[in-house]
Amino acid sequence: MIETKGLSKSFGGIQALSNCTLSLKGHAITGLIGPNGSGKTTLFNLITGFLPPDSGEIYFKGKRIDGRLPHEVASAGIVRTFQLTRVLPKMTVLDNMLIACPRQTGETLSSLFFHSNTIRVEENQNRKRALELIEWVGLSHLKDQWAGNLSYGQQKLLELARALMANPTMILLDEPTAGINPIMIQTMMELILKMKEWGMIFFIIEHNMDVIIELCEWIFVLDNGEKIAEGKPKEIQQNPRVIEAYLGV
Amino acid sequence: MDLFLHLWIMIFIYSIFAMSLNLEMGYTGLFNFGHIAFFGIGAYTSALLTLHQIPFALAFVVALVASGFFGFLLSIPSLRLRGDYFGIATLGFGEILRMVFQNEVWLTKGPMGLPGIPKPILFSYRFATLPQYLLLTMGLTIVTFLILRIIIRSPLGRTLRGIREDEIVLMALGKNAFHFKIKSVVIGSVFAGLAGVLWTHYTTFISPGDFTLSETILVLLIVVLGGKGTEWGPLMGAFVLIFFQESLRFLKLPTEWGRYLAPLQQMIFGGLLIFLMIYRPEGLIREKGEGR
Ligand SMILES: Nc1ncnc2c1ncn2[C@@H]1O[C@H](COP(=O)(O)OP(=O)(O)O)[C@@H](O)[C@H]1O
Ligand SMILES: [Mg+2]
Repeated sequence: MIETKGLSKSFGGIQALSNCTLSLKGHAITGLIGPNGSGKTTLFNLITGFLPPDSGEIYFKGKRIDGRLPHEVASAGIVRTFQLTRVLPKMTVLDNMLIACPRQTGETLSSLFFHSNTIRVEENQNRKRALELIEWVGLSHLKDQWAGNLSYGQQKLLELARALMANPTMILLDEPTAGINPIMIQTMMELILKMKEWGMIFFIIEHNMDVIIELCEWIFVLDNGEKIAEGKPKEIQQNPRVIEAYLGV
Repeated sequence: MDLFLHLWIMIFIYSIFAMSLNLEMGYTGLFNFGHIAFFGIGAYTSALLTLHQIPFALAFVVALVASGFFGFLLSIPSLRLRGDYFGIATLGFGEILRMVFQNEVWLTKGPMGLPGIPKPILFSYRFATLPQYLLLTMGLTIVTFLILRIIIRSPLGRTLRGIREDEIVLMALGKNAFHFKIKSVVIGSVFAGLAGVLWTHYTTFISPGDFTLSETILVLLIVVLGGKGTEWGPLMGAFVLIFFQESLRFLKLPTEWGRYLAPLQQMIFGGLLIFLMIYRPEGLIREKGEGR
């Protein structure tokens, strides 16, 4: 799905990512791990067009996507979440979901006055789907609350549901279980696995090894902006370079 | 009685002006500090055209198109800037435009202003008297309110609010935030232009001094006081502040006070704006939602 070739990015003197070449092929859930500051989020930022790479190329389904704007990448089918959740705080949970629908007729000015029926039908469909997904992640009782009032864990669930609402081919999750309680981590994993059954493809940054081992079919390891290993979870666990990077030996 | 009619006409004109700013500031989160420019473009365009014997209906349409067009021109470079810098760019635009009104004497007669702007004639009906003019402004206020309400309550309005909340999220979800912000500014500018048209044919005399930063502050204050991001807030704010301002004008105060009154009022308005921003950012009316 996603392929990067020789991707580099530096911030001032810091080389956040150097000559990173990786290819996500055929796996429903791919993991990305590495110590703090190893460039994982930076890689997501480059893939999703939020930051331009210094050099290198990015491909999605064989098409080159580096240089595209974030919304273009998203429209092409890659939707991301954020390490620190980003909900729309002063909008309801339901609106947070509805806003994610791609290509809404009601977003063009003229249609408001000339295609109000189309919009109504579309809104009803979207609302039905949004409510289903809200229920699915267990937030039904909060659907009319401002998203900013939700707990951190609930916001993470909302972000996941919202990503799905955008109807992408692939979802990039940046630490989906960071900072939430064990029960919610369990919920999150179940939801991700369910989405996988539905055919969704994931690329996940994660620190929690249990989560990684349980979810991922393939793992990339970054250290200091460089890919130091890739492989199946079992292999990665035993890889001496990975152990070294994590233990800082 | 005349004072009463005058008051309401002014309240309605400023309601339209404030509603247009509310779309940008309250719903889209764009702090436009040069909004008076579009009021001015509407005012000057319609004034100049009708003074050159162009029928009002046509002048009206051209004025709105001109306001929207300049909104578009301004928004392209300035919306590429982030947050606060948009505010500064618009502030600059407002001042530049006033300079244009002042210095392009061949067109605008400069500081002399444009006297004798005709009263509007629509379908051979002339809105000349105060009650007639009140009817016109009230009608257009209602039309503005309804159109903006359709927009605000639509998926488009929802996306604009999303941009206000966090445009990064919207981009990550595939929305062209830049595009939507341009839309918001263009629509806002058209209705600011409408307010300008109504005002120009009401006072029948305009000059560059009518389009200063203090007018922008007044309309900002109206929106903030009334409650930004609410449907009725701008009307509430306009009612309170215009009532206050216009009543002061008609109090029989000693003339030598006038020297102090105007600057004093500006200080009070400026101070009130800052106070509200800090202590009651939600204004009189609070945005709907089960918050707090
Ligand atoms: N926008 C930025 N500006 C400056 N430095 C950054 C920026 N983003 C990341 N960095 C730096 O790049 C390095 C990698 O960061 P990041 O990709 O966030 O790591 P990770 O997600 O693996 O913890 C860090 O040293 C970080 O401080
Ligand atoms: Mg990170």
